[in-house]
Amino acid sequence: METQVKKTTAYDVVALIVLIVLAFLFIFPLYWIVTGSFKDAIAINSATPQWFPLEPTMDNFVRLFDRPALRWLLNTVIMAVAAMVLTCITASMAGYVLAKKRFFGQKILFSLFVCAMALPKQVILIPLLKEMSFLGLHDTLWAVILPTVGWPFGVFLMKQFSEGIPTELLEAVRIDGAGEIKTFTQIVLPIIKPGIGALAIFTFINSWNDYFLQLIMLNSQEVLTISLGIAKLQTEMSNDFGLIMAGAALGSIPIIVIFLMFQKYFTQGITMGAVKG
Amino acid sequence: MAKNAAPARSHVLARRETFVSYMFLLPCLVFFVGFVIVPMFMCLFTSFFDYTMTDFNFIGFQNYVEIFQDETFLIALRNTVLIVVVSVPTVCIFSLWVASAIYNRKGAVTSFFRCVFYLPVVTGTVAVTVVWKWMFNQYYGLFNYVLSSTNVIDQNISWLGDKRFAIWCIIMILFTTSIGQPIVLYVSALGNVDTSLVEAAEVDGATSFQCFWKIKWPNIMPTTLYILVITTINSFQCFALIQLLTSGGPMNSTNTIMYYIYDTAFKTNQYGYANAMGIILAIIIAVFSALQFKVTGSSKKD
Repeated sequence: METQVKKTTAYDVVALIVLIVLAFLFIFPLYWIVTGSFKDAIAINSATPQWFPLEPTMDNFVRLFDRPALRWLLNTVIMAVAAMVLTCITASMAGYVLAKKRFFGQKILFSLFVCAMALPKQVILIPLLKEMSFLGLHDTLWAVILPTVGWPFGVFLMKQFSEGIPTELLEAVRIDGAGEIKTFTQIVLPIIKPGIGALAIFTFINSWNDYFLQLIMLNSQEVLTISLGIAKLQTEMSNDFGLIMAGAALGSIPIIVIFLMFQKYFTQGITMGAVKG
Repeated sequence: MAKNAAPARSHVLARRETFVSYMFLLPCLVFFVGFVIVPMFMCLFTSFFDYTMTDFNFIGFQNYVEIFQDETFLIALRNTVLIVVVSVPTVCIFSLWVASAIYNRKGAVTSFFRCVFYLPVVTGTVAVTVVWKWMFNQYYGLFNYVLSSTNVIDQNISWLGDKRFAIWCIIMILFTTSIGQPIVLYVSALGNVDTSLVEAAEVDGATSFQCFWKIKWPNIMPTTLYILVITTINSFQCFALIQLLTSGGPMNSTNTIMYYIYDTAFKTNQYGYANAMGIILAIIIAVFSALQFKVTGSSKKD
């Protein structure tokens, strides 16, 4: 028998090579977006693609900013930040009591949250649109913020994180006479902070990329998000790939940078939300 | 210790705790009830109505009866099932392989690959879709260039305009945007498997296949179940790719239930009919999820 400690087998080497090839294929679309956004019309509309823009041009971006692209980006940021903040507040409060308190209706309520998560959330978009029109919120950013906050994933995630708060600590604080609000803000919040970080980045990215919700709720030029803006470019200028890629780059680079900065929290959030579903 | 110490809490205390709990839950419940529960019931309720821009008449189950005689719906159902049946197993198997190939490498290597495979999700559906549309383009697309310059094809193919290829293009793009989350989940699940069990088995001369099948696989079963369910839900709801790439065409060959619902609601304004299809989709998804629970649950070992 060979040594038991970490031997590198032929399989490991082959696997690594396959992984590297796959990684290349997965990065390629992004590479093609970024390089495409700097290519001129001749390079774009030639049957022989340029693997790298030989004569890089800013023309696509100039034409992109002839449109209200920065407005689209701003709307997207406002939407994602608002959804993120509201979700973190409501979900951390709800998750904490679901994990640490005992009250009437607790089990039923939690099952309701879990069941709702298994539902196809796009199915409720049509009635949701009617509801938003009824509330006078259709075609405003609220119409894409509020449904994101209502989605119960955050509650579920924060309950998982709150399970880790030591009950003895809460008891001790209670005996010392601290009120409920003080207990929550000064004891609970600091402990579940990593969870809130995970939920924040998760909600931000999901809200940013929730194209279907945005498509249904938003129409007017002033409230378009970057996803809708790119889709609009695509329908209006279907073969102007340089311009479309400039839009795609503007829409995806910021969110990728944010993802890379916070990816530690992000992976933690995905994992915590899954166990014992 | 507090758990055992309080078997007989006074009613007053219990009631106070209930009150406080609901105060904390209130903001969340407002959003949850208002924007999930209410639309859900509206969806169910209006599915029994002939509900358009002008009409709102109760018609019982007529929408449901009509749906199953609607040829377009049946085509959409078939396409949706095809997408689910192909993508769910491939996503699960592929992500499990990637995860098992990266989870015990150096921290930076694992996290590099995890990010790379998550990239299409973060990039966003629209950005990903438009670049694929360009690559699939009949005249300026990369695919036709690569395939014709290597003599695999002798003339350019209209990938998205051809009934035979369009849905497979969709399935492929869907695949790239679906495996990120399962990989993250599997990496963490495999990392949590008790290494002493695996080492003991290796000492006893178990092959790495046996190690995987007898020890790791049963341990990651809950994760597999979760991945099956979320991938199924997402594949059933495939919409954005279709709306952006093919609009259900050519000749309904890429029409899915979700896209057909959207089409019915917003092009012909038959809201009641669209909602009835939504309810059917929800039921189908629920049945699939329940089946997966049953199948994976019965094979689970303790």
